[in-house]
Amino acid sequence: MNETLRRTALYDEHRRLGAKMVEFGGFEMPVQYAGILKEHDAVRKRAGLFDLSHMGQFRMRGENVATWADTMTINGVATMKLMQARYNIFCNEQGGAHDDTIFYRLPEERWLLVVNASNATKMWSLLQRHPGSVRLENRHGEDALIAVQGPRSVSMLQPHADADLAAMKYYTCVETEIEGIPTIVARTGYTGEDGFEIFVDGAFASNIWNALLRAHARDGLEPCGLGARDVLRLEAGMPLYGHELTEEITPVQAGQSWALKLSKPAFTGRDVLAQQAERDDYARIAGIVMNGRAPAREGYPVFLGDRRVGEVRSGSFAPSVDGGKNIATVLVERDAATIGAVLAVEIRGARHEAGVVALPFYKRSQ
Amino acid sequence: MVQPDLLYSKEHEWVRIEGDRATIGITDYAQESLGDIVYVELPKTGKAVEQFGNIGVVESVKAVSDLFTPISGEVLEVNAALDADPAAVNRDPYGDGWLVKLKLKDASETKNLLSARDYEKLVTA
Repeated sequence: MNETLRRTALYDEHRRLGAKMVEFGGFEMPVQYAGILKEHDAVRKRAGLFDLSHMGQFRMRGENVATWADTMTINGVATMKLMQARYNIFCNEQGGAHDDTIFYRLPEERWLLVVNASNATKMWSLLQRHPGSVRLENRHGEDALIAVQGPRSVSMLQPHADADLAAMKYYTCVETEIEGIPTIVARTGYTGEDGFEIFVDGAFASNIWNALLRAHARDGLEPCGLGARDVLRLEAGMPLYGHELTEEITPVQAGQSWALKLSKPAFTGRDVLAQQAERDDYARIAGIVMNGRAPAREGYPVFLGDRRVGEVRSGSFAPSVDGGKNIATVLVERDAATIGAVLAVEIRGARHEAGVVALPFYKRSQ
Repeated sequence: MVQPDLLYSKEHEWVRIEGDRATIGITDYAQESLGDIVYVELPKTGKAVEQFGNIGVVESVKAVSDLFTPISGEVLEVNAALDADPAAVNRDPYGDGWLVKLKLKDASETKNLLSARDYEKLVTA
């Protein structure tokens, strides 16, 4: 493996657990441990433990953070309540996405911004260039991020935490100790299940990781890699940067208009996005379920009748969809994105039928 | 795990030769590297295939992997049970997870294949 790759604070734990490691976002990351399907199953039925320390973590401080960030983002920042978490997207002048992120509003004018690993360098330089009196600290690779995701995550994490986790609402956070270690715990995730994300100094990450596995591996807590994470997020209809969102694919095209707050003060890309949403004539992301067994993969051409209307952006076997189906997101012309439309995906020269369905593919029951 | 009585290709396929018949599949090392297999695309019965030629794909949750035949021949049978149960390739790559049966064209092609011992060296190197 390439020697310039960075390692997270949990690298030795992954090796010890027999993980298969791959490059992702400049880090050497576990793609799977016991197997993607087994890990996926654990998250849907019990709980999974993820190392997400490759993600970029920026700390921001100052009374101007919200107004400063509001000029770069499509969703509201100043309107966030204390200890709230909020999904947000930074766009370029053409409305394309620089990155999709989560803001966390902490006490004393402190903020945490989590960005994608693959965009961390770009985003750090974007923030540094943006004029404003805001104190920035890049914690990428210094602070670790551990996620516990699945229906049993409250009961598994609670014995280790000081705060009352069951009382937390979805997309809120708390500063609390886990195993006596100071952390930020947020009720957020990228799997379509209930769960928590734990932000902690990398020096103490393995204490938390190992304490959780020691206590709960017997009850079905499974270490999970990026492979399972990708299947889980695709089933849950969540965009992955580089696939459903790019510098060319706008949040409106990606179906993220719910996060677009046209009423807030001017921000980068606003007018382009407003016009695009108004015209409603753009190519867009849609979800498809393959009728047959052949998986659709990124880049495969998509047809409506004889007309090529777009391409696959993400595709996978999806165990939680209708007992196990191949699903995909496609970027297609407007008329091909209608729910119920029958499309064809070209796989190794042959056309395979697929139906357009509403996103998400999977919704948890409670 | 390498089976002693089989021959192997560098592309991680195995072949079992019985008279003028050959059964082929992918090795334990290959299924382990691929991970959970969700789809197998195999050639049609009657098709003539050439040694080391592409005859289909094996797909895991994450990856599409080309399948090459370790030996030339005519396709007699493909493992249709894998349509409903592709995971058999993970569970039993040398048994229930077999892929294709061929009528051998030229038995001397085995000289281009690896013995179990040499294949084991390749995957443990």
